[in-house]
Amino acid sequence: MEKQLSNKFYEAMKKLEPRYPNKKALILPALHEAQKEWGWLPKEVLAEIGEYIGVHAAQIREVASFYTMYNLNPVGKNHLRICTNVACCLRGADDLMSYAERKLGIKCGETTSDGMFTLSEEECLGACTTAPAMMANDDYVENLDINSLNAYIEKVKNER
Amino acid sequence: MSANSQTLFVQHFGKDSNRTLDYFLKNMNGYEQAKKTLTNLTPDQVIEEVKKANIRGRGGAGFPMGMKWSFIPKNSEKPKYLVCNADESEPGTCKDRQIMRYTPHVLIEGLIIGSYAIGCHHAYVYIRGEYVREAELLNAAIDEAYANGYLGKNIMGSTYTLDITVHRGAGAYICGEETGLLNSLEGKRGEPRVKPPFPAISGAFACPTAVNNVESIANVPHIMRMGGEEFAKLGKIDKSGGTRLISLSGHVSTPGVYEMQAGSMTLRQIIDEFGGGILNGKKLKAVIPGGSSSPVLTADEIDVVYDVEPLMKIGTMMGSAAIMVINEDTDMVKLLLRISKFYAHESCGQCTPCREGCHWMESILHKIIHGEAKSTDIDLLVDVAGNIGGKTLCALGDAAAMPVQSFVKKFRPEFEAYLKGQKRHG
Repeated sequence: MEKQLSNKFYEAMKKLEPRYPNKKALILPALHEAQKEWGWLPKEVLAEIGEYIGVHAAQIREVASFYTMYNLNPVGKNHLRICTNVACCLRGADDLMSYAERKLGIKCGETTSDGMFTLSEEECLGACTTAPAMMANDDYVENLDINSLNAYIEKVKNER
Repeated sequence: MSANSQTLFVQHFGKDSNRTLDYFLKNMNGYEQAKKTLTNLTPDQVIEEVKKANIRGRGGAGFPMGMKWSFIPKNSEKPKYLVCNADESEPGTCKDRQIMRYTPHVLIEGLIIGSYAIGCHHAYVYIRGEYVREAELLNAAIDEAYANGYLGKNIMGSTYTLDITVHRGAGAYICGEETGLLNSLEGKRGEPRVKPPFPAISGAFACPTAVNNVESIANVPHIMRMGGEEFAKLGKIDKSGGTRLISLSGHVSTPGVYEMQAGSMTLRQIIDEFGGGILNGKKLKAVIPGGSSSPVLTADEIDVVYDVEPLMKIGTMMGSAAIMVINEDTDMVKLLLRISKFYAHESCGQCTPCREGCHWMESILHKIIHGEAKSTDIDLLVDVAGNIGGKTLCALGDAAAMPVQSFVKKFRPEFEAYLKGQKRHG
């Protein structure tokens, strides 16, 4: 089967191997690294990780499916994850979520038809004193209100 | 009171330039205690000092840290591990993030001293997956430490060797539970383990392991610098030494991460002096004092010294020192639904009472709010909670049950108002 993961992936893994007493401990780092390349984790990629670690692909999927950050389905170019847990909720996160749904024309959990945005609800991000907060791909956007959320979405749209 | 209070951390927070090795060496006596420890002290002497410091674990359970380290067997042939819990996932908590962002080297120095004390040569920092940037900052600081001889072989001219690896989680509350964390570190689903054996005997990779919170470990260089007894005296209450970092959020005027000498302030003083009172001059309704798992307090229960034992005495807990302040306009039933939804989402599914019960509680609350509940449903809700707490492998079950029990006990009329049709969702 044709390789799905790049040399860069295998180099990163080679560097990590001596840092753990066994290869299985590399499953989470490998899933992160693969998702960095793919944006999500298709089953061919899970299978290749399994082959590299030396376990069945089902075992990789078993692990990946436990964690919310591993995307087992494709996501948009910009994944907006709005925290709606207690601290953010007390500071108006529900209004932000409804606003984002209207603004993007999708429901929470969906992706826009142009593949630009996926909107998700997130459990506590650990940014409670700067609530409400969201995660936009790998970055936190904090002290949000409707204006700053709108400005953020507009900025990203204009970057395309 | 807060003005005269000694702090160890917060004065270094907030400025990006403070995270460098250079800043640490110049302004925080950087790596002096690691050097002193590795050249002059035995591991037992370090553990004795930490015991004298009376430091309770900062992750939530409040377990005395020195005692935890003393459980690691000294004559085991197996490798030993120090694992730093940087999962910081208890809702309301965001203090460890500040340590990793602004003073990563004090954490690294704490890891060196702690690892030496328990005989570990490879420490892991398990950091929640969402803290992508914090993991990068921590890795940059670790690289800096390696490049300058503070990590790796023969640290600072000693015979001691230590490596540190940052291991990223991937979004799961349960990985803050120490055995769930260890499974996740080993490349498994983050399901908590049956105990015993406890991690001190069989932890990471089936080897003796100490798991300590970020703030706990970051305090170790301060303990060694001040001496255990002086550090203990920072605490203004028995059996709780040092300072406490507090994540203060919700309806206060100035939310933020603050620091106080342990036991030196009441909850009311924290809200007024640090938080600047209730946002927009509203009235206080309730306080969640120690992360979303902790039983809620009403507005007239907050003249309590904010520390482990006083809070325990009034039936709640300090947990990870995450205070969430709730104003008079808040619908407590809806807030409880939000909390219950979280635990239902995060239950790992191993234990039936938690896996099933958390969903039941969420669904009963949903029915109450949408006018579909029966008059007996409030009692049913409390009954379900009672059948989860204490009946699961890990504390998530209790964490899910306690908010339900306390919200209903203290705010029952709000639940009844929904049943009587006086309140409607909308």
